[in-house]
Amino acid sequence: MSKYTEDDLREELKTKEYEYGFYTDIESEKFPNGVNEDIVRAISKKKNEPEWMTEWRLEAFRVWLKMEEPEWANVHYKKPSFQDISYYSAPKKKPKLNSLDEVDPEMLATFEKLGISLLEQKRLANVAIDIVMDSVSVATTFKETLAEKGIIFMPISEAIQEHPELVKKYIGSVVPTTDNFYAALNSAVFSDGSFCYIPKGVRCPMELSTYFRINESGTGQFERTLVVADKGSYVSYLEGCTAPQRDENQLHAAVVELIALDDAEIKYSTVQNWFPGDAEGKGGVFNFVTKRGICENNAKISWTQVETGSAVTWKYPSCILKGNNSVGEFYSIAVTNNYQQADTGTKMIHLGKNTKSTIISKGISAGKSQNSYRGLVQIGSRAENARNFSQCDSLLMGNECGAHTFPYIETKNKSAQIEHEATTSKIGEDQLFYCNQRGIDTEKAIALIVNGFSKEVLNKLPMEFAVEAQKLLEISLEGSVG
Amino acid sequence: MELKDKLISSYVAFENGVNINSDVHEIRSKALQNFEDLGFPTKKLEAWKYTSLNSVLKEDYSIFPKAEKAIELADVKEYFIDDIDTFKIVFIDGKYSSFLSDTTHDNMDVCLLSSALTKPKYKAVIENYFNKIAKQDNLTSLNTAFANEGAYIYIPKNVEVEKPIQIVNFTTGAENATMLQPRNLIVAERNSHVQIIERHQSLTDNAALTNAVTEIFVDTHANVDYYKIQNDNINASLVDNTYVEQQKEGICSVHTFSFGGNITRNNLNFYQKGEYIDSILKGITIIEGKQHVDHHTLVHHIEPNCESHQDYKGIYGDRSTGVFNGKVVVEKEAQKTNAYQQNNNVLISDKATINAKPQLEIFADDVKCSHGCTIGQLDDQALFYMQQRGIPKKEANALLMYAFANTVLESVKIPEVKKRITNIIADKLGVDIGFDL
Repeated sequence: MSKYTEDDLREELKTKEYEYGFYTDIESEKFPNGVNEDIVRAISKKKNEPEWMTEWRLEAFRVWLKMEEPEWANVHYKKPSFQDISYYSAPKKKPKLNSLDEVDPEMLATFEKLGISLLEQKRLANVAIDIVMDSVSVATTFKETLAEKGIIFMPISEAIQEHPELVKKYIGSVVPTTDNFYAALNSAVFSDGSFCYIPKGVRCPMELSTYFRINESGTGQFERTLVVADKGSYVSYLEGCTAPQRDENQLHAAVVELIALDDAEIKYSTVQNWFPGDAEGKGGVFNFVTKRGICENNAKISWTQVETGSAVTWKYPSCILKGNNSVGEFYSIAVTNNYQQADTGTKMIHLGKNTKSTIISKGISAGKSQNSYRGLVQIGSRAENARNFSQCDSLLMGNECGAHTFPYIETKNKSAQIEHEATTSKIGEDQLFYCNQRGIDTEKAIALIVNGFSKEVLNKLPMEFAVEAQKLLEISLEGSVG
Repeated sequence: MELKDKLISSYVAFENGVNINSDVHEIRSKALQNFEDLGFPTKKLEAWKYTSLNSVLKEDYSIFPKAEKAIELADVKEYFIDDIDTFKIVFIDGKYSSFLSDTTHDNMDVCLLSSALTKPKYKAVIENYFNKIAKQDNLTSLNTAFANEGAYIYIPKNVEVEKPIQIVNFTTGAENATMLQPRNLIVAERNSHVQIIERHQSLTDNAALTNAVTEIFVDTHANVDYYKIQNDNINASLVDNTYVEQQKEGICSVHTFSFGGNITRNNLNFYQKGEYIDSILKGITIIEGKQHVDHHTLVHHIEPNCESHQDYKGIYGDRSTGVFNGKVVVEKEAQKTNAYQQNNNVLISDKATINAKPQLEIFADDVKCSHGCTIGQLDDQALFYMQQRGIPKKEANALLMYAFANTVLESVKIPEVKKRITNIIADKLGVDIGFDL
């Protein structure tokens, strides 16, 4: 094999299945529906977890029992029954199809528009594919590259076995088990997730990604991600996938914890495109996610998200700016169409001196959907010279949807400088006319305007992702304009 | 006994003094029931997240203060805007003071709610308007239950009231802490115009709690210009609930100047029930010590082509707390709405707190809505510039703060009110300069 560059590696990784022990042979087993202490114990045992982990889960479970589902969010749905869910089952075996001809043509059309390679189309649609030629060597190269730098990137269940000291130190340190209803439930029953550790001073050479793992549907439901960037390190982490995920799980309650130690930087990008329910608002995924990061001195955490899927989204990626001179950023595009509901935003908690945060949130609502921004900017009494800039823009398409903003600003320090701006608008007829005049049809013109509206956020996504996300926006809004 | 129980049990005594066989009394009884179910607001309610009344509710208030105490005009002169001719409706401990008042019944009604509620002459107006827009929430219900006295202002069609009307509530409670629940009803018929200045003033060092409700109806083309001056002494707390309903092309502006008092909570609600309406909500808050001021506004855009303008400025010193919770709702039908909301705050002390929640809920697509909220400091360079030119630091500071608040003052239409506010600000900032430079 000739010279093998990192780009080649990345390219190939994208087109192959991830296969590092992510898969335990548990096919024959499925736990009965419902959750109780025995189930939690059994999950823990299944994972062969050490005693402290079992205890940690149980503690979370006991807390969860006393908690109530939050109702403050601006979303309305029929609450899932937590005793009707099986909390541990073998990854669902989707029927293997023999060729692309058997795949739902609508899905194929979407793939086509996203420009996903044929090979990947097969993978996503669960068509049996031949093993890619160099797969083993590629996988090894990938693992070697990371190992060379001392980077740990593995399923969290493995990390609990292999690096218990790290997991024990950091898990629950940012999102405590008592944090909220869904976080507590997740802590008790999480099945798997990712663990990532970047050692001191290391710049992770590639975008770490769960992209190629997501096809393991059984683990997605209660996922737990823990990213630790040690002093002076840098990592960019991608989560999710632009391709539509026909996931059957109604409820997703994931927890993501980021820890950026002194001078470290974490960039966390998410593209979420789960099944949003059909045009009548039936079905669809409930996405209740707790994401939070903590910044030590001079550290930086940047959240970027593109949310186009799920029937109900409840998600507030947050930053605790604990260290002096730390920086938190939040860039978000949330698109809702048909009957989707999104209540999303961020919390920026300024505790250290000279901390800075930026919030750019773009909400696009179409159809009969409801899109809310809910954010908190809090300046502690010791956070001298804190600086925040927030901007929430909403774009409405049609008069049956709604856009809402609920910004909370709490300041206890006189040296704080906070600016908050919000605007709501629609696509101007003059803008459309201008495009039409120049031979751009209305559908394309809208895509153009929406892209312009979202540019600030799209620019923050890693390159390959940005291109796909852009197309995704187009598809999500297709047919929404009359 | 807890204040809630005390209020509920004193209702029987209250009933002795009013006509209990009336429609109005039915409304009262229902409201009492409502209050009994809801109780006083706690911090657990989203609307009261940042304001706790606990410290205020602990006092042992007398609910029916004794008969009117004599007050000499000279003692309270300073609380009136007296350099222009005005109508005055003055209450002392909730009782009408004919001696201090100056009212009229010529071609309009500037009189008392107690007589409006009982005399047949007013029956039609009361039936149409009384308690029609006041919310069924806890404190408004409490006021409704005990609603009996307050200002009643009725401006018939095409009448332009030639001088402003002052509504002043004094609290004297020399021996006891006093709780007052004034209830005002203001109806401005088609094409009419009226200016109103409202003030609550405690004359005692004992604690005072006022839970006021004002309903304002602005008919087609009518114009109501309302000023609230809140510069009470430090033991007095105020919950001021104001509800405004506007009809087609009506204009209503409410200016709230909060400088005094212990805990002040302003619930200001606008409902736009016609097209081409303009609603203006403005306020200046300058507080210090442990004062707490909470502005809670709602503008409900129900019909198309309307506008609303909100502008609130706050300057917070010492350990004071400021809250701004502004909500704009734009209904599906309310296309072409222009809604602006601006909230700027300056913290001048490390212990002061500001909590802001500018909220938008929009269901219509062809609208222009924006809100801006800032928290910052006075510009050091500007201060330096002025000091360089011989303006002492204190005065320079005051000038900057005055300039900061000026966008609100500019829209005050009664020059004497503007002057009065300017003087209060100068006094607050401890400077002796005329700002009309």
